[in-house]
Amino acid sequence: MTATITPFDSGALAGTGADEPLLRIRDLVKEFPIRAGVFRRQVGAVQAVSGVNLDLYPNETLGVVGESGCGKSTLGRSLLRLVEPTSGSVMFGNEDVTAASKGRLRELRRDLQMVFQDPYASLNPRLPIRDIIGEPMVIHGVSKSEARERVGELLTRVGLLPEHGNRYPHEFSGGQRQRIGIARSLALRPKVIILDEPVSALDVSIQAQVLNLLDEIQAEYNLSFMFIAHDLSVVRHTSDRVAVMYLGRIAEVADKDVLYESPAHPYTQSLLSAVPVADPRRERSRKRIILQGDVPSPANPPAGCRFHPRCPVAQDKCMTDTPELVDIGAGHQVSCHFPLLSGETLLQRLGDMGREAAISVKS
Amino acid sequence: MSDALLTVDHLNVGFATKAGVVQAATDISFEIHPGEVLAVVGESGSGKSVTALALMRLHPGNTIVTGDVRFEGRDLLNMSDRDMRAIRGNDIAMIFQDPMTAMNPVFSVGDQIVETIRVHDSSVSKQDAWTKSVDLLKLVGVPEPKQRASQYPHEYSGGMRQRAMIAMAIANDPKLLIADEPTTALDVTVQAQVMEVLHEVQAETGSAMMLITHDLGLVAGSADRVQVMYASRLMETGTIDQIFYESRNPYTMALLDSIPDVDGLKHELHPIPGNPPSLLNPPSGCAFRPRCSFATDVCSTEVPSRVKVGDQHESRCARTDELQTSVGVSS
Repeated sequence: MTATITPFDSGALAGTGADEPLLRIRDLVKEFPIRAGVFRRQVGAVQAVSGVNLDLYPNETLGVVGESGCGKSTLGRSLLRLVEPTSGSVMFGNEDVTAASKGRLRELRRDLQMVFQDPYASLNPRLPIRDIIGEPMVIHGVSKSEARERVGELLTRVGLLPEHGNRYPHEFSGGQRQRIGIARSLALRPKVIILDEPVSALDVSIQAQVLNLLDEIQAEYNLSFMFIAHDLSVVRHTSDRVAVMYLGRIAEVADKDVLYESPAHPYTQSLLSAVPVADPRRERSRKRIILQGDVPSPANPPAGCRFHPRCPVAQDKCMTDTPELVDIGAGHQVSCHFPLLSGETLLQRLGDMGREAAISVKS
Repeated sequence: MSDALLTVDHLNVGFATKAGVVQAATDISFEIHPGEVLAVVGESGSGKSVTALALMRLHPGNTIVTGDVRFEGRDLLNMSDRDMRAIRGNDIAMIFQDPMTAMNPVFSVGDQIVETIRVHDSSVSKQDAWTKSVDLLKLVGVPEPKQRASQYPHEYSGGMRQRAMIAMAIANDPKLLIADEPTTALDVTVQAQVMEVLHEVQAETGSAMMLITHDLGLVAGSADRVQVMYASRLMETGTIDQIFYESRNPYTMALLDSIPDVDGLKHELHPIPGNPPSLLNPPSGCAFRPRCSFATDVCSTEVPSRVKVGDQHESRCARTDELQTSVGVSS
């Protein structure tokens, strides 16, 4: 898929066409209070999502990747207000989801749906499948007979049989349950589905089944996906554009191939170099940059650039100034004071700075 | 090749349940040689962890284990509990997936390493053992090892905890390390750190390693030889290049074909249809038959035997000979 540059406001992003974005996320913040003491006084806050700007275009899959605790799941949940965002806005068309009343939010959730990671916890064990899939339709006023018919169609569509509707979740395997979760999300014909780690609980041979199914239904139902995952190979396979998160912020957003082939953020480069490849020859020839340390706690994030304590090419400015997400061309956005441009690699930069020794490179 | 360190011969592991015997490992035979890394890959429930637990005799009470396991010629399955304890943590050490549950939360990390050392050699003084545990923590890359040794497991991050567990495992210079999904709970950047530590440690001590994982990427980057397991059996064994480039087994090939590639070299994923079988009631013949695109009549009646297809390379498939010419691994 080729990207066309579409200039928008400050958060301009290139989409997969000249369309208006379907979902515009602006300065989104989600803080969780930390309480302590007898009176449960608030003593601090975890900023799980900390000023995120992102656009989701019609019919595209936007991958959101990052390590555990980077805020990717909280981001997904706060879009549907499954967790209430602290500040910022989520524009769906011309309407701000964060300002919608309870009743209006219910209507909005017809268009915005979610598939969860854990296919064991996200289906009510006491309901038969037909009720699990049919419930959203009944809530939104679809007649019982029509709902029943549509449940059958949906089950068939996701690769199960209509008669499976009478069974209960425990009778299904993990992959089948995830199909049921997908069927439920499709029940109201939504425009956007947020997929939160939809395949990470599944075995590899089953993952591919579900990924292919998602591909098919996206084309068939004209859906936009936000695909949240930690597996960089899976995200590359499914996404049109990819956003990399680190400690609550967007580190880099770009068209899939641009992001994977010429990543500009030192974090993206080191993240990609850490992914093992199922190909011994490529593994032997790869130079692997091994980052030092762990991801810091989001309760006490580092000042300046949040990546600076682990960044092997950090400079003085990075410790004090917070980098903004800026466009470096063709919708490729990066939040780094010293991005790696025009094919520069982290290894070259390390060499230029005389810092090869500061990092362990496994070849 | 030198003499085997560990020889496993026709190992069977079954769990007695109310519904019947669940055959978790069937007819497993393999060898591990000194200094090599043998990866065992398979999906959940394929029997890879059960095999490791059985040969360490750490399986639960309702388990039926038969077969022969020899470590440097000594019979592990029939030796006394006392002799087995002398081997565990000393000659053979294990690294588990979840270091939080594998460590004791009420003892400091240093104390736990001291215990590991002194339980096998009581002549070492507590002070010497403590000094050694600090050295070990330093070796595995725990920063400020002196202070960290007196901290408790909950004060460590996931990656640090896994390093501490590696330190504990190598405390007595084991000849064989069994690492059961050592990095599955970790993020990729931390996984890279821990794998590097494991390789350094292994290079330094010269120990062999049995690496149990479901991640084919990890295997490609760290193993010498690979065993692929499916539904309790070994499907294919070979060097990493044999398995990744010259596989002669339909399951291995299908598995490699179903995973996406981070370098974007695969445009289409070819999933394996269906689900893994129940081990309580496995299909007749070859367990992979219901999902296999090469299956024929013979596959439903006979359990395929192991066929040697090359130096160090064995496959369990009735059609191994035909597969050589008709298909190759696509990437």
